[in-house]
Amino acid sequence: MIRASKKEKCTFHFHNTTVNIFVGLFLSVVFSNHTAKSKKTLAKPGVKNIVLVDGVRTPFLQSGTIYADLMPHDLARAALQGLLNRTGLPKDAVDYIVYGTVIQEVKTSNVAREAALGAGFSDKTPAHTVTMACISSNQAMTTAVGLIAAGQCDAVVAGGVEFMSDVPIRHSRRMRKTMLSLNKAKTLGARLSLLGSIRLAHLAPELPAVAEFSTAETMGHSADRLAAAFGVSRLEQDEFALRSHTLAKKAQDSGLLSDVISFKVPGKDIVSKDNGIRPSTMEQMAKLKPAFIKPHGTVTAANSSFLTDGASAVLIMSEEKALAMGYKPKAYLRDFVYVSQDPKDQLLLGPTYATPKVLEKSGLTLNDIDVFEFHEAFAGQIMANLKAMESDWFAQTYMGRKTKVGAPPMEKFNSWGGSLSLGHPFAATGCRLVTTVAHRLQKEGGQYGLVAACAAGGQGHAMVIEAYPQ
Amino acid sequence: MAGVRALGSLSRLTTRRYNLTMFPGTSHTHSLLDVSSARTHVNYEIKGDVAVIRMNDPSARVNTLSVQMQREMTEVMDEVWGNSAVQSVVLISSKPGSFIAGADLNMIQACTTAEEVTLLSQEGQKMFEKIEKSPKPIVAAINGSCLGGGFEFAIACQYRIATKSKKTVLGCPEVMLGLLPGAGGTQRLPKMLGLPSAFDVVLTGRSIRPDKAKKMGLVHQLVDTLGPGLKSPEERTIEYLEEVAVEAARGLAKKQIPLTKEKGLMQKIQDYVMSYPFVRQQIYNTVQKKVMKQTKGLYPAPLKIIECVKAGLEQGPTAGYLAESQNFGKLAMTPESKALIGLYHGQVTCKKNRFGTPEKEVKALAVLGAGLMGAGIAQVSVDKGIHTILKDTTLEGLSRGEQQVYKGLNDKTKKKSITTFERDSFLSNLTGQLDYNGFNKADMVIEAVFEDLSIKHKVLKEVEAVIPPHCIFATNTSALPIKDIAAVSKRPEKVIGMHYFSPVDKMQLLEIITTDKTSKDTTASAVAVGLKQGKVIIVVGDGPGFYTTRCLAPMLAEAVRVLQEGVDPKKLDSLTTGFGFPVGAATLADEVGIDVAAHVAEDLGKAFGSRFGGGNIEFLKSMVDKGFKGRKSGKGCYIYQPGLKRRDVNTEALEILESYKLTPNAAISSDSDIQYRLVSRFVNEAVLCLQEGILANPVEGDIGAVFGLGFPPCLGGPFRFVDSFGADKLVEKMRKFEEVFGNQFTPCQLLLDHAKDPSKKFHK
Repeated sequence: MIRASKKEKCTFHFHNTTVNIFVGLFLSVVFSNHTAKSKKTLAKPGVKNIVLVDGVRTPFLQSGTIYADLMPHDLARAALQGLLNRTGLPKDAVDYIVYGTVIQEVKTSNVAREAALGAGFSDKTPAHTVTMACISSNQAMTTAVGLIAAGQCDAVVAGGVEFMSDVPIRHSRRMRKTMLSLNKAKTLGARLSLLGSIRLAHLAPELPAVAEFSTAETMGHSADRLAAAFGVSRLEQDEFALRSHTLAKKAQDSGLLSDVISFKVPGKDIVSKDNGIRPSTMEQMAKLKPAFIKPHGTVTAANSSFLTDGASAVLIMSEEKALAMGYKPKAYLRDFVYVSQDPKDQLLLGPTYATPKVLEKSGLTLNDIDVFEFHEAFAGQIMANLKAMESDWFAQTYMGRKTKVGAPPMEKFNSWGGSLSLGHPFAATGCRLVTTVAHRLQKEGGQYGLVAACAAGGQGHAMVIEAYPQ
Repeated sequence: MAGVRALGSLSRLTTRRYNLTMFPGTSHTHSLLDVSSARTHVNYEIKGDVAVIRMNDPSARVNTLSVQMQREMTEVMDEVWGNSAVQSVVLISSKPGSFIAGADLNMIQACTTAEEVTLLSQEGQKMFEKIEKSPKPIVAAINGSCLGGGFEFAIACQYRIATKSKKTVLGCPEVMLGLLPGAGGTQRLPKMLGLPSAFDVVLTGRSIRPDKAKKMGLVHQLVDTLGPGLKSPEERTIEYLEEVAVEAARGLAKKQIPLTKEKGLMQKIQDYVMSYPFVRQQIYNTVQKKVMKQTKGLYPAPLKIIECVKAGLEQGPTAGYLAESQNFGKLAMTPESKALIGLYHGQVTCKKNRFGTPEKEVKALAVLGAGLMGAGIAQVSVDKGIHTILKDTTLEGLSRGEQQVYKGLNDKTKKKSITTFERDSFLSNLTGQLDYNGFNKADMVIEAVFEDLSIKHKVLKEVEAVIPPHCIFATNTSALPIKDIAAVSKRPEKVIGMHYFSPVDKMQLLEIITTDKTSKDTTASAVAVGLKQGKVIIVVGDGPGFYTTRCLAPMLAEAVRVLQEGVDPKKLDSLTTGFGFPVGAATLADEVGIDVAAHVAEDLGKAFGSRFGGGNIEFLKSMVDKGFKGRKSGKGCYIYQPGLKRRDVNTEALEILESYKLTPNAAISSDSDIQYRLVSRFVNEAVLCLQEGILANPVEGDIGAVFGLGFPPCLGGPFRFVDSFGADKLVEKMRKFEEVFGNQFTPCQLLLDHAKDPSKKFHK
């Protein structure tokens, strides 16, 4: 039996709700959710049920702070060990490990394998690394789903890590060329002449590009243009950013962010909290100058996500295996889609394209969704997506759809904060979104959750998650 | 190649710049009926304390400073100035892609005297002076072309904001029409940019992109173009520009945004240096020299521009503005300006497809032969999104050709006109191969194989065996009659000539040749492809040498004779460039290729007989035998060394010349005589082409000669030259040469007709 009865669910909420005034409201919300669903469940005959057993993450810290001296695989290791501790999973029960990362440390280019070995997983467990910008760990999770659905694996660990405190800064191409030729130079004379060819300009380092390769435009610049295209004001953006920080703070204070594990950083203290959550005031935020488009832009440091270090991990299993091992899964991972569009003018509109597509795939409507978790790259990007989703004209002109999908109701939207406040370690965010949906469904008592995110390259992703019966 | 550059700069005058189409039925009747002076071109809205003035000429694709536009603008400005609620002003166009593209050329052309034009200029000057002195700051919000008079309007405003759109360009292209910026441009720019930059902008007439304009200080602020939102990108971008401009206008009115920027150190130093009259004098001299060197004194406009700038700086604004308006009037009456404006109009005409829309758009193209021409044709096709197969017979040839395409596009990334990403995506349209794979899906095949009838026949048969029935077979040849090539075709209605000029990516002209059997749809399709490739197109009838090669051949034959008469190649070059050709005759022969010249001279000599004689073809053959094939072989009339700009005369060529020496006839060998010997043969042959119906009209004849062969642009082409020089005078000169050389100088009937009746003109 997959669905719990209505009565059980209501009772559950009744007991968990301490403020009596809200009880009635909650009841009605839960009731309406239940009665209005287009589908009772997304389980399909002949299709394997795949579950999220649990998910954890290291605290997300602003880069250059406490994690500064680590390496990416250290963070990934911490997340993997945290997952093992949380689930009590025997290390050799894992069939496969997939990890996402965006900015690669060249020494650990298959960071999945290095982290797995370091975290004490069996050396018989293969591991690979995927990359798809900000939806890299979504890609890791759906890779896991694919492996299980295809019957190749039963238990897969997926995750993502991003470490922005140290990025590969290279010598210039000319310098690299000289240095590589130096290896091949046979005689002292040849070596000296190569050394002599080095010019001061060759010593200028090459920083990893923060810009889109195809358009040479930085993401913040694109976000500012996107906000302008949809007429999103500075005020709207600051308000949304403030909302994100306020909700995150509230969630952190009331202990809702239970996916965060404590991590003893070598040589430093134990870290157990995200450190980027800082609710400010509208006045203070209004003082900031635009960060990308000057002087009239609207995207500022305060309404953008910040550079973050962090790692996340989830345990994904076939339902039978999870139950056989005695687990109580948190959620079903259901339909998912990847979309892509123009990387210049629609770089960050992934959620707008992915949401109607995944809903259609699962036969649900926006009203069926109880919990929304969207990746907040920029407040302006979120607001633009919401406006695009509300626009019939946009749906018809650019998406080839008859009508708009509609914008998610704000009370169901990122109610425990988002990337703007919690932080956004690029490849670790996807797992946080999915785990948060599972936790919110449990806590708030809905049935369906939706994750959506945009990514560099003009790509996007969405996934429908169904609550596991309590 | 200087010639290419000169032509290139002229070609930058594209169709969007000037309003040439008038629809009297729409706006004009309306304004007549509606006596209550309802405004159709300029409107405004008051947003708080900012007046937003919007321009939109309902009858044209672009805004121009027409009489109507100016009248309404004056009215609106007066209302705005008189409205005490308004503190500042935004000036914007609601037409996507055009702020103001310039003055209305028709307005200038309608004037019959210099004084009338001077008056027009003075009206403009007065209007912009009021704008400049406006007590309420005016922000010009620029999206799209901001050129000529529109540019002068913008620089009279207190503040300029421009979008980064690809369509946004600033500049004063008047000089390319033989005119000068006549509404204060020559006076304001030196003050804004400093003398050197101002001269650069005004004298070259080049288009300045927004980022460059910001760097130069021509605009104060840039605004990004927007993508899809809740409205179309174009519409929303204009709205956004307006929002930003309104904010800036408020800031200016409240003095939160300073009007004058703190000058940088370099600027201060420059200003200090320029404060010495001696230094300024040096600059005038240098610029004057440079202009004289480049124009040979054949173009009056640049010299007048220097005069105006000088008058303003040395004698004060009153003298400066007066010089500007008077010189503007004078220039408008010069034959040079009329020639250049004629070319501009002709170019617009030749950028249209007079054969209509083809039944099927060419999306897949195949080019045979990856030589210079084939690869060039491929290059200008792939970057327009046409899938192109480049086929050669050898791997080496193919590799060279593909490298040429890559290099051509890569050079554009170095100039930043395209990004490396765009280069790569363009290249993805190119497929290099050695077989006929995929030809079954081709919509058009252009062959650019060796100029040999039997090879062309072989290729045509091979291709026809593999292509689909609708596929067009175009042949790129410079002299072989198309009907001879089409003789072996199973479907001659699908065969057409497309004569490209080398280097294909730089030369603007495409000469399309139709035979009696070529279908109209085939022609329409070839023109459509050429237009897509960015070409200026003339469509001519079939015959040996078609139009362009046929005009060039007698001139080159004459040039060879001149060389044989002992004139040094350098002297020959200076005589031809002195007449206005961008490339000297000897250099041109090297560029075309001595072997090609010999080949063509022989072919056309056979076809046309002694009329095409002159120089001895054997001389050319001896050159080829020695390996002196021109630039491509490193030696021709000159010696070419990679990396070296300086060219020395090829003394070995002179030695060959020794054995073909002719004694010049002193009566017809003055410098001027030599020039007219060369030019009259060219012009006579052009007129004969029109007489024989090879040419459809004189306009295409002028465009073909100027854009394909470098006929002096200041003369406007052979037909305009006959009109302005006088057919009778030309005939008189030819008769003199005819006495010595015979039928090579016999004027054709049409030319004689024009000589007899001075009222007959090729151009109205």
